[in-house]
Amino acid sequence: MQDVTAMVNDVPDLDIEGWACPVPLRDIPSVVMGHGGGGAMSGELIEHLFLPAYGAAAAADLGDSAVLTIGSGTRLAFSTDSFVVKPMFFPGGSIGELAVNGTVNDLAMSGATPLFLSTAFILAEGTALSDLGRIAQAVGRAAEDAGVRLVTGDTKVVEHGSGDGVYLNTSGIGVIPPGVDIHARRALPGDAVLVSGDIGVHGVAVMSCREGLEFGTTVESDTAALHGLVAAMLATGTDLHVLRDPTRGGVSASLNEIARASDVGIELVERLLPVPPTVRDACSLLGLDPLQVANEGKLIAIVPAEDADRVLAAMQAHPLGRSACRIGSCVPDHAGMVVAKTGLGGSRVIGLPIGEQLPRIC
Amino acid sequence: MKYLDEFSDPDVAKKLIDQIHAATTQKWALMEVCGGQTHSIIRHGIDQLLPDGVEMIHGPGCPVCVTPLETIDRALAIAARPGVIFCSFGDMLRVPGSSQDLFSVKSAGGDVRVVYSPLDALKLARENPDREVVFFGIGFETTAPANAMTVYQARRLGVRNFSLLVSHVLVPPAIAAIMESSTCRVQAFLAAGHVCSVMGTAEYPPLARKYKVPIVVTGFEPLDILEGVRRTVVQLEAGRHEVENAYPRAVREEGNVPAMEMLADVFEVTDRTWRGIGAIPRSGWRLSEKYRVFDAEQRFDVTDIYTAESSLCRSGEVLQGLIKPHLCEAFGKECTPRNPLGATMVSSEGACAAYYTHRRLELVDVK
Repeated sequence: MQDVTAMVNDVPDLDIEGWACPVPLRDIPSVVMGHGGGGAMSGELIEHLFLPAYGAAAAADLGDSAVLTIGSGTRLAFSTDSFVVKPMFFPGGSIGELAVNGTVNDLAMSGATPLFLSTAFILAEGTALSDLGRIAQAVGRAAEDAGVRLVTGDTKVVEHGSGDGVYLNTSGIGVIPPGVDIHARRALPGDAVLVSGDIGVHGVAVMSCREGLEFGTTVESDTAALHGLVAAMLATGTDLHVLRDPTRGGVSASLNEIARASDVGIELVERLLPVPPTVRDACSLLGLDPLQVANEGKLIAIVPAEDADRVLAAMQAHPLGRSACRIGSCVPDHAGMVVAKTGLGGSRVIGLPIGEQLPRIC
Repeated sequence: MKYLDEFSDPDVAKKLIDQIHAATTQKWALMEVCGGQTHSIIRHGIDQLLPDGVEMIHGPGCPVCVTPLETIDRALAIAARPGVIFCSFGDMLRVPGSSQDLFSVKSAGGDVRVVYSPLDALKLARENPDREVVFFGIGFETTAPANAMTVYQARRLGVRNFSLLVSHVLVPPAIAAIMESSTCRVQAFLAAGHVCSVMGTAEYPPLARKYKVPIVVTGFEPLDILEGVRRTVVQLEAGRHEVENAYPRAVREEGNVPAMEMLADVFEVTDRTWRGIGAIPRSGWRLSEKYRVFDAEQRFDVTDIYTAESSLCRSGEVLQGLIKPHLCEAFGKECTPRNPLGATMVSSEGACAAYYTHRRLELVDVK
């Protein structure tokens, strides 16, 4: 039996011919890279293509993981994620660690203790077995470190030219402790917005070694499993309202999703944002906003303001939350929107990124 | 990049803002020429901190914005050809032509690649001798030297499978065109620092004299812009119209001489159409006769592709400072960053996109 709060009912049939799809580039009837970017295009693909197509079978709450109630009340978290990162190896990790940590973190964001993972590999013909071996070892190490068991898997090979290297899907199951209720809809005006550490690190680490963009940097991916940090936060006894790991689309996408789901405004203070100088400089060079750059080992927490210091202290006592800090508040104004106070005293709206992050021309 | 901190110091900014308030006794309309300046102004909320009397008008200086629709359509036609590797800077990929963009061509099987330097495209050409490699060479005087250098290298190395789709535009003729407009409201310019770091400042005094406008060369950090505004207002209040360099750490009067020599060798001045504005005489560069063989438009025979702009779009008026972005009827409705109709909504640095992205709080009917 599933206890899913947002059932989708009365969905219309998908009529491709007369389809007024608000997905960007509506005149182009094909998938573009931005549909996988974690921003507005990804969201609209789910809302306007997948959910209507799934019809009454859709039981999607659109969180990082689904919450399933079993039998007399045991709650399971269930999540799946696919990884297509290029390059497969980057400073600080590989697609292997990402695939394990990514799904572990999706489970952790509902407060769950991750238990079991599956791995499904899609391999391009011609991929070096030595590379695949390194990735598999990384998967094993990351799973062991996270305390999860790899219980099932699958391997497929596609012809040369049909794929590129290694694609990896992981799905996971965890158990949510009694009394824990963490959801993007639970942010309230007055709540504090916390982040567990430096932002933009993973995205810059990967970009730094992309073809044609070899700029010298010491930035390494922050990929890490966050369930231990979440457990430390829960141990404070605080009613954590929302947790999110700001991966694709960055902090900006996560906060926009929370603001919309909870119908609150979010106000950030730019000078409080923990952006390391290397990330800031790389973003400045490329014309990117650190708030929109992907992270892989960070979380955002929305907690009652009166508990913020206590939660922060617990985060800072954990190795993955040493630089945790408060970056803003939920406010009753501008519901559904994220606004930043600039360093000079002005303000700007922090929008949902559209698709892929694109370095600018000059 | 310690520089960045130094030029964002809020205490110094506060002093400059106070000085601008103290100096302003009447209404002034200043145009920042470059999209990078526009982006910085909006991103840091600088315009919110200026006196009511100082209005910032956003100029035409966004290279992505002003690239004509028909040039984009020509790029799309070339990129869709089998055997072509079409290379571009990232932000051109989302710019729509009359029916699609480079992302769509890529998704349909075109070999479209993001590069970070035109020299990377030349490298691709050398690595793929059986393919035609085309680089989309757009932009102002800022990006032109690297493109010129790449064509120079291609000729020197005898790389025959490389070509440049050229759509370079020049700032001074655009300033003149704006000032010649009968509806012009601009009283002073913040000139773009990186353009001047290449070309120097020699082209500006004749413009300042002819149109009686102060021109202050500025950079892109918050303090650069505030200092530019301060100097401009001081000149206007005193009735002066001179060229000042408020960006001396990057700009010298004589410019970058080797870069200008390279430009003069590879390019020649030509008439150019600006998206949203129209044709401006002698406002662009094309490959000179010596390098014409590297012209992608000629090589792929796409010169007969012509397309018209949307009739709804008022980006030309925005680019000339005649209206603010949100006063266009299509703003936020038919025209958004995801489905832009015109020049200024096309790039993240365009004035309409900057307003749409960062200023929706004030424009409450546009969500």
